[in-house]
Amino acid sequence: MENNLLFYILLLPTLAAILVVILPTTNKNKIRWVAFGSSLIPFLLSILLWFQFDQTQPGFQFETFLPWFSAIGSSFHFGVDGISLPMVLLTTILTPLAILASYGIKDQVKAYMALFLFLETGVLGVFISLDLLVFFLFWEIGLIPMYFLINQWGGAKRNYAALKFILVTMAGSLGLLLSIQIVGITTGSFDLVKIYQLWPTLTEANFQKAIPLGLSLTSVKTIAFWAFVLAFAIKVPIWPVHTWLPDAHTEAPTAGSMILAGVLLKLGAYGFIRLVIPFFPVEANRYAGALAVLATAAIIFGALAAFAQKDLKRLVAYSSINHMGFVVLGIAAAAFAWQSTDNGVIESATIALNGSILQMFNHGLTSAGMFFLVGVIYDRTHTRQLDELGGLWPILPRYGAIFVFTAMAALGLPGLNGFVSEFLVVRGAWGIFPLATALSMIGLFFTGVYILKAIAGVLHGPRNDRWLAIPEISNREVWVIAPLMVLMLWIGIWPASILNLINHAVNFFF
Amino acid sequence: MDFPILSVTIFIPLIAGLIILLFGRQKPGWIRPIALAASSLVLALTLIIWASYSIEKAGYQFTEYLPWLPQLGISYHLGVDGIGVAMLVMTGLVVFSGVMVSWNIDNRSNEFFSYLMFLATSVLGVFSSLDLFLLFFFLELAVFPKYLMIVIWGYPKTRNYGGMKLTLYLFIGSVLALIGALAIYQASPEKTFDLLLLENTAFSVEMQRIWFPFVFLGFAILGGIFPFHSWAPDGHVAAPTAISMLLAGVEMKVGVFAALRVGIMLLPEGARHWATWIMVLATINVVYGAFIAMIQKDFKYVIGFSSVSHMGLVLIGFASLNYNGLLGAGLQMFSHGVMTALFFSIVGMVYDRTHTRDIASLGGLYKVMPWAMVGFIVGGLVSMGMPGLSGFIAEIPIYMGVWQVAPVVAIISVISIVVTAAYILLVVRKVFFGELPKEFEGKVKDITAKDKIVIGLLSLFMIAIGLVPSLMVPLIETGVNHILAILGGA
Repeated sequence: MENNLLFYILLLPTLAAILVVILPTTNKNKIRWVAFGSSLIPFLLSILLWFQFDQTQPGFQFETFLPWFSAIGSSFHFGVDGISLPMVLLTTILTPLAILASYGIKDQVKAYMALFLFLETGVLGVFISLDLLVFFLFWEIGLIPMYFLINQWGGAKRNYAALKFILVTMAGSLGLLLSIQIVGITTGSFDLVKIYQLWPTLTEANFQKAIPLGLSLTSVKTIAFWAFVLAFAIKVPIWPVHTWLPDAHTEAPTAGSMILAGVLLKLGAYGFIRLVIPFFPVEANRYAGALAVLATAAIIFGALAAFAQKDLKRLVAYSSINHMGFVVLGIAAAAFAWQSTDNGVIESATIALNGSILQMFNHGLTSAGMFFLVGVIYDRTHTRQLDELGGLWPILPRYGAIFVFTAMAALGLPGLNGFVSEFLVVRGAWGIFPLATALSMIGLFFTGVYILKAIAGVLHGPRNDRWLAIPEISNREVWVIAPLMVLMLWIGIWPASILNLINHAVNFFF
Repeated sequence: MDFPILSVTIFIPLIAGLIILLFGRQKPGWIRPIALAASSLVLALTLIIWASYSIEKAGYQFTEYLPWLPQLGISYHLGVDGIGVAMLVMTGLVVFSGVMVSWNIDNRSNEFFSYLMFLATSVLGVFSSLDLFLLFFFLELAVFPKYLMIVIWGYPKTRNYGGMKLTLYLFIGSVLALIGALAIYQASPEKTFDLLLLENTAFSVEMQRIWFPFVFLGFAILGGIFPFHSWAPDGHVAAPTAISMLLAGVEMKVGVFAALRVGIMLLPEGARHWATWIMVLATINVVYGAFIAMIQKDFKYVIGFSSVSHMGLVLIGFASLNYNGLLGAGLQMFSHGVMTALFFSIVGMVYDRTHTRDIASLGGLYKVMPWAMVGFIVGGLVSMGMPGLSGFIAEIPIYMGVWQVAPVVAIISVISIVVTAAYILLVVRKVFFGELPKEFEGKVKDITAKDKIVIGLLSLFMIAIGLVPSLMVPLIETGVNHILAILGGA
């Protein structure tokens, strides 16, 4: 199955961005529709990708290869497996929806749409790169459009939030960059497939010949492991390096938050699965417990912090930390079991990693949906304070129903998507980290509490008469949320449609 | 003998400059077209040189040889290797851009454009010289035009100070280098200044170790090495826009290029002996320059200090003395030249229209000059080493090179990336975003079409090389392989 499908999916959004820039500024609606229409093409192509993907094959498919920086052994090597394919699909689904959700943007529409499309290329690049340096390239490139989206179309404290977002992420990337260089120098290649073979089996003598640092290979590997972990942990984000996230979310425009929570956070978790565990099997196994503890802390503190918020958008932002904690818990379980010989452990880890990847996809759907619904209310009331809202259900019956549905998916109600993935993570992690898993149940309980608090604060309670005249959710807005709701229900009822694919990849993984 | 393309490239600006100087006063309307024609020709010729340089053959090409003072071993010997070709192309770009952005200079314009042309001849000559004496000849040709341009057309408050400081520093540097060069001449058995002959001469280890610091440091002062860097920001800020572009973009490269060509390539054993010290100084350049840039309040000083920081990376690449480091240094020389020219041109465009460079009193300029904003952001991203642009292509090999000899340096100097990101983003935000100050409303106009051509042209090169490094890498590689052969053979 040699074709350039991936390459087109990657490149089309950038071409669309250039097209949007060339369009005349005067007709804003035309710009919006061109941006939306052109973002559907990568989506359709990734559907095609989905159906052409052969689940029974191990390894990467749709590989494309283009020379880039051959002098140092780096090339545009792309490919997908069952782990990255759902992420590609998630990205190409959410981008058109985020663009559709942004029709209310009136200021510099052209730049806004172009940045969004460019961001899509950046994110997709990370998910499909099979070259370490190209991975880093896209990893960093995605920061720029996001910085400007927050900085130009954000809320009152946007300057602070945008700068914090980009500097914290870049600072985290420094260690990653240095570690990537160590890997590149010692293995003589940046190609992931080669590094998977060469780096974990590197000998002490070869290492000392390449890098005269005066440290043993073991200590360098440990340091590099933590550098990788830190870079990805900031992106996920894992407690205690999460503080950029609530600020960035609160200030970002609605669609920016949708993409940030829906897709960008997944980059960090994806980095763990794609790079950290295969590169550092020994270290991953040794420090999996620490990772599990951090994940549990994220689950509990995320939930408690979300519960304490008075601002609806901040509440949803902290809920991301809570939900992504489960992803990391599953990854920690997988890290523990990687290359283990105990069948019980491997079975548990397989289940947990399945759950993690599905949770990434699910959280992409629900968090994007939640942020969008927050944006809908904010557009109408210009407040996000829970004590100023309230009693909106009778005024906005359609919106109320949608809000409850989406919130229930986030809460993990059986029958909707969130339940399946969180159950799998907990079921798998139980066999490996029983204590951490048990503690994470506290977080799960508070998830219910803060979700109900949000529902109560927005929809129930005493009606604020200021909002009597606000308009119901529009048809365009329903079109944004409807596909997400369909998917939430679909995955909740018939998870096998996506889990089969993930499970095959995970089985090849172990 | 083939068409002497290097001589033609070098002397076109000189002739154009003389014509402008002699007849410019009678026919003021001809000054700019002549300068533009000459600089376009130079750009076209350098691009032709780039296209026709044979990477398979490598080595010095387009060579020309004429005995000049054979008694003293001095000849008119020209030729370029891969790194030299890259420098010529960069010079062509910057000189062309410099003429374009100086279009509206009215004060004594005939002198201004003729000096600009003389400067072009000087730097093109240095990059093409294969004779040590000729190299100094071209180098010193630039001293007077440079000084005059700063003190006549520079920023009124600091031009005398900046111009004098720059001239003295560069003078000290070239004197040091000259002493070293004479020592090399004396030590050579053939008593020659010919670089090719000297390259093949094995000087004694003691001699190399003694004289290397003179040559290298002397030239590296021109490249802004710590602690002799302070002429650079002061001089750049005092200079008029086109001269800042040339000084930071090209002249600093002249310094490091000569340090490479004369220092490292003639005295490889000396280079190996002193590499650690160069590494230490260059690391200070990188980190200290970035931090100082961050606290500047003057728009132009930010860029001035950023050059100090980035030139440090070139020197780190040199000092690593291996394939990756040298490759990255060569790429960084090109990338930084183009990037900093773009920066200074935009600073000039902003200053010409707002008459201030105080970051705090600027703001909201994206509304009136969106092209300048986009150009500055592209330059800024190159500067912070954003992947996909030429800066990353240059920095990655430098870091990889230095890992193999001094890992600590890689770890320390990488800090500069975040610091650079911080100051660039702050400047972008404060100067181009936010609210346009009241006093600028209606008064500040958009940049001209010529300015946009400059921004577009320079950005194009940085993006193209970032996405398709193979445009430039094999070229630099030929030069690097030659240096490695010398280092290996010493």
